[in-house]
Amino acid sequence: MPPAVVLVTGVSRWLGGALAAELAADPTIERVLGVDTVPPRPELQRRLGRTEFVRADIRNPLIGKVIAAAGVDTVVHMNISSTPGGSGGRTSMKELNVIGTMQLLAACQRVPSVRRLVLKSTSAVYGASPRDPAVFTESMQARQVPGGGFAKDSLDIEGYVRSFSRRRPEVDVAVLRFTNFIGPRIDSLLTGFLRLPVVPTALGYDARVQLLHEDDALAVLVRATTGDFAGTVNVGAEGTVLLSQAIRRLGRVALPLPTQAIGPLGRLTRQARITDYSPEQLRFLNFGRVVDTGVLREEFGYTPRYTTAEALADYGRTVVPVLDPALVGAVVAGAEDAVGRTAAAVGSLHAVAGRRDPHPAGGGLRAVRDA
Amino acid sequence: MPEARVIRLHPDGPDEPADAAAVEPGWEDQLAGGLEFLRRRLTGEYETDEFGFDPDLADHLLLPVLRPLFQKWFRVETQGMEHVPDTGGALVVANHSGTIPLDALMTTVALHDDHPAERRFRLLGADLVFQFPFVGALSRKFGATLACNEDAERLLTDGELVGVFPEGFKGIGKSFSERYTLQRFGRGGFVTAALRTGAPIVPCAIVGAEEIYPMIGNAKTAARILGLPYLPITPTFPLLGPLGLLPLPSKWFIAFGEPIETASYGPGAADDPMLVFNLTDQVRETIQQSLYQLLLQRRSVFS
Repeated sequence: MPPAVVLVTGVSRWLGGALAAELAADPTIERVLGVDTVPPRPELQRRLGRTEFVRADIRNPLIGKVIAAAGVDTVVHMNISSTPGGSGGRTSMKELNVIGTMQLLAACQRVPSVRRLVLKSTSAVYGASPRDPAVFTESMQARQVPGGGFAKDSLDIEGYVRSFSRRRPEVDVAVLRFTNFIGPRIDSLLTGFLRLPVVPTALGYDARVQLLHEDDALAVLVRATTGDFAGTVNVGAEGTVLLSQAIRRLGRVALPLPTQAIGPLGRLTRQARITDYSPEQLRFLNFGRVVDTGVLREEFGYTPRYTTAEALADYGRTVVPVLDPALVGAVVAGAEDAVGRTAAAVGSLHAVAGRRDPHPAGGGLRAVRDA
Repeated sequence: MPEARVIRLHPDGPDEPADAAAVEPGWEDQLAGGLEFLRRRLTGEYETDEFGFDPDLADHLLLPVLRPLFQKWFRVETQGMEHVPDTGGALVVANHSGTIPLDALMTTVALHDDHPAERRFRLLGADLVFQFPFVGALSRKFGATLACNEDAERLLTDGELVGVFPEGFKGIGKSFSERYTLQRFGRGGFVTAALRTGAPIVPCAIVGAEEIYPMIGNAKTAARILGLPYLPITPTFPLLGPLGLLPLPSKWFIAFGEPIETASYGPGAADDPMLVFNLTDQVRETIQQSLYQLLLQRRSVFS
């Protein structure tokens, strides 16, 4: 049974807005409510169509009234911030993430019409450490529980969602653990990071990176909202690339820095509003993270259209390379050509040198003249 | 043509350029291949897998670097290569020795160069390996991953040839006086992984690695400060400084024994601790026996 009234939190961001627009285009859904603290940008507003925008803070109990009054049956919680810079510092980020989720869940628990909850979570809950297995399945837990920041918030949020589902067992809960988003339009941690002409990386480390194209992320969210999957699922594209490889493919220049230097640099770039990354995201850059997507393909029933490499290439179309791969190819081809010519020259020199006496050469020359 | 006159003075003059001509395309191809490799590395156009394995780097940089060590320095002789299956998952279990895990690297070269199917050896390493910068990243690119059941089972299910050294640091960091005596075999995790996936266990005995850095002492306090499981003192290290890092050129043998099949026990057998202990002991005994046999065959340490 398709949902009748859907509430999407975090609708003013790209992915939330895209989901609301997609749902609004579906005639079987009666109403789509979008909630956010800031109104969507005008170009997004046009796409949202018949989505009703509610300017509200999910940290405020008012959200409960909105849910009850509209008779919402499906709640998609996407208002989880991954970077402190975007939400005005770490304290307010934590408040938005954790307290916001608690308030939203408290409201949902009170409203009997709610029968489905979709949580946009993250694979960051698995942490990133040298002691972790290479590939995480849904049943695994972080060996080193993430100490703070986004990963810790996400762990807390998943905990609250689990206890909500214990108190309201008739509500279907789908927890989607997404890998890093990438694509031409989406704004994610990695897109900002890889747009830098010189990308700082951890010296002596190379992360395994699994990505998800924005179109696949959107398709999975739509399917989770309108479908009947309940449970936890890892959402990531097939295949992986190494961070160094991704940087090279995009024609960026990697700047390996000692791990100790990256933290202060991160604070500096955050203040300068260039890019924003926190200590636990750096741990990700050290060791990387790969998730098993068997459940996504078999139980959830979706196979991402883009592989990690294809998603990266699609994003690469919007990035102007610093070190153009085509140029590198041309230079190497030129060098190969030069090698070939040198080799030919050296070879003929040897051939000439190899002749025991010069007369056959003269003979050959005469033969040419005769011809 | 002065060159022609010079060559005429040598009686075997014509042979020289002929040789050179045979070598010349090799030199040219090598350089062109190197440039092509450089282009791939600069543009990122190579494949890596979910464990971080980088076959392009392994084939064109790491294996060529290790090959002289394998062929010229240690003169490794491999035996029983027919016991390693051509396709499908298998678990190679070997003794560990030599202070620095060169035995793992040499076995990788052996299985790639001396096996008819050029098998890739996927090593399982301790978590300490992956904590260190450079070492950890390079190990992953070379095909290694963390020694845990999840990774081992995933690799075996994918049909990879997985290598494990169950003695761990107890084996590699033991003193020279204990050479060729197998240490305790961990908790038998490798047997559970083989049982769950039905992969055969191939016992492997490595002789020669014990003598490359004879460890006569262990600087325990310094090791603790550095966070290492041991810090070896050898006759040449730290006495001769960096020169002490040069391994002694012992003669090596790597022998693969008859595979022990595990598929007939069924995946449920992994939960039977007695069976796991028995199989662990069986593998350990087999390796110890073939170590003694190889030592009897060996004429001297260095020849």
